[in-house]
Amino acid sequence: MDHTPPPFFKRGPAPLVRLFFFASLSLALLVIDARFRYADGLRTWLALAAYPLQRAATAPIELVSSIGSFFSTQAQLVEENERLRTKALAYSQDAQRYEAAQAEAAQLRRLIGAQERLEVRVIPAEVMYNGRDPYSHKLFIDRGATQGVRPGSPVADEAGVVGQVTRVHALVSEVTLLTDRDQAIPVQVMRNGLRAIAFGGGASGMLELRGMAANADIQNNDRLVTSGIDGTYPAGLPVATVTRIERDAENAYARVVCRPAAGVDRGRFVLVLLDETARPPRPEETQSTKDKTRRRLRDKDKDGTVR
Amino acid sequence: MELSASHQILQPVRVSTIMASFALALLLNFMPWRDLRVVPDFVALVLVFWCVRQPRLVGLGVAWTLGLITDAGNGVLLGQHALAYSLLAFLSIWLSRRILWFGPGLQALHIAAMLIVAQCVALLVRIAAGNDFPGWPIFVGPAAGALLWPLVTWLLLLPQRRPAREQAI
Repeated sequence: MDHTPPPFFKRGPAPLVRLFFFASLSLALLVIDARFRYADGLRTWLALAAYPLQRAATAPIELVSSIGSFFSTQAQLVEENERLRTKALAYSQDAQRYEAAQAEAAQLRRLIGAQERLEVRVIPAEVMYNGRDPYSHKLFIDRGATQGVRPGSPVADEAGVVGQVTRVHALVSEVTLLTDRDQAIPVQVMRNGLRAIAFGGGASGMLELRGMAANADIQNNDRLVTSGIDGTYPAGLPVATVTRIERDAENAYARVVCRPAAGVDRGRFVLVLLDETARPPRPEETQSTKDKTRRRLRDKDKDGTVR
Repeated sequence: MELSASHQILQPVRVSTIMASFALALLLNFMPWRDLRVVPDFVALVLVFWCVRQPRLVGLGVAWTLGLITDAGNGVLLGQHALAYSLLAFLSIWLSRRILWFGPGLQALHIAAMLIVAQCVALLVRIAAGNDFPGWPIFVGPAAGALLWPLVTWLLLLPQRRPAREQAI
């Protein structure tokens, strides 16, 4: 115990009064943030204050991994080189075929008078850390508005879609993962083109197709890719593989559970896709829709077309 | 004569120590942990420590600001941690004289109760905002925090300790 004399004359308001004051302040902020989204400016400033700490927190891990790579052996390197070379060979063949197919597709597109698709620009980013929040699935990447990330941009890794940028700060962005309960993505079964919408499964780390008819033509191990009809995700990115289908006689709908293709909960590097496809403007929305995902799409659309 | 830990005469605390400990706790919280539900909330732990030991220096204002930084850094609803930390600071200040009477084990029990109350507040906020209950493991974090309490006490009191030679005089 330290023995400082109690300040008799300078006490300030009673603790209970202070608690009441700060609790009401917090509740007011909560309501403002959840309902009206007025607090985004304040959030940006606070995020900037937290940025040095976030960087410092990931520094030790980078250090450990760099030390690990320093001590990797000659044999490991030779083996890895060999593996990469064979992979590169396979990829180069694929790339040639892809170029040919792309030229052909462009020609066909011109023939049917469709708009020409522009290249998708990508921003490579590094995952800084997962959001410390057991209620949602988010991660933070080290690219922000300064590097050209825009809210609504899809995020992918080498295996498929990871999620979508939901909030952009100056130097950091927040990515909501596909497995978050509030996240939805339009998909298509690769085998037969059946369209569906995949929703995040929350804590299970899986995705779920909702509203599939009980007799829908879907099987285990079917691969799902983005359909591209929402105008947010480019078409054809791998999303998930079907792992379980429950068809129940009592229920009109089948329960389809799928495992995400991308390393949603692992991996350190991701790509932010800036889709610059020219799209016709979205029709005016009615006032009554307050759906969160809709608003998100609309925000993205504004950014995409107004410029 | 050997003095027990709680009755040592300590040097006055430096504000820089408090600030450094909070920065370190925030840093630990921002580390990429694998399962967040079982990792203790270091900021809450350090906050409780300073509210118990220095209720005149660290109070609800500090708690509220730290809560806001945590909220923004994690991209959760602004005010969720601010509310939980304010309540935590209030409880710690209110119980500080009582807690300091006990030994490390019973102190840790008090801390566990307070951390669980704060976790419940955060839980209520999220359920009110439309989230699901994320499972019972979220209460493992507060328990782990309470287990760390003796270590935290020892570490954070280090800068205030006098050498044993001085104690004897």
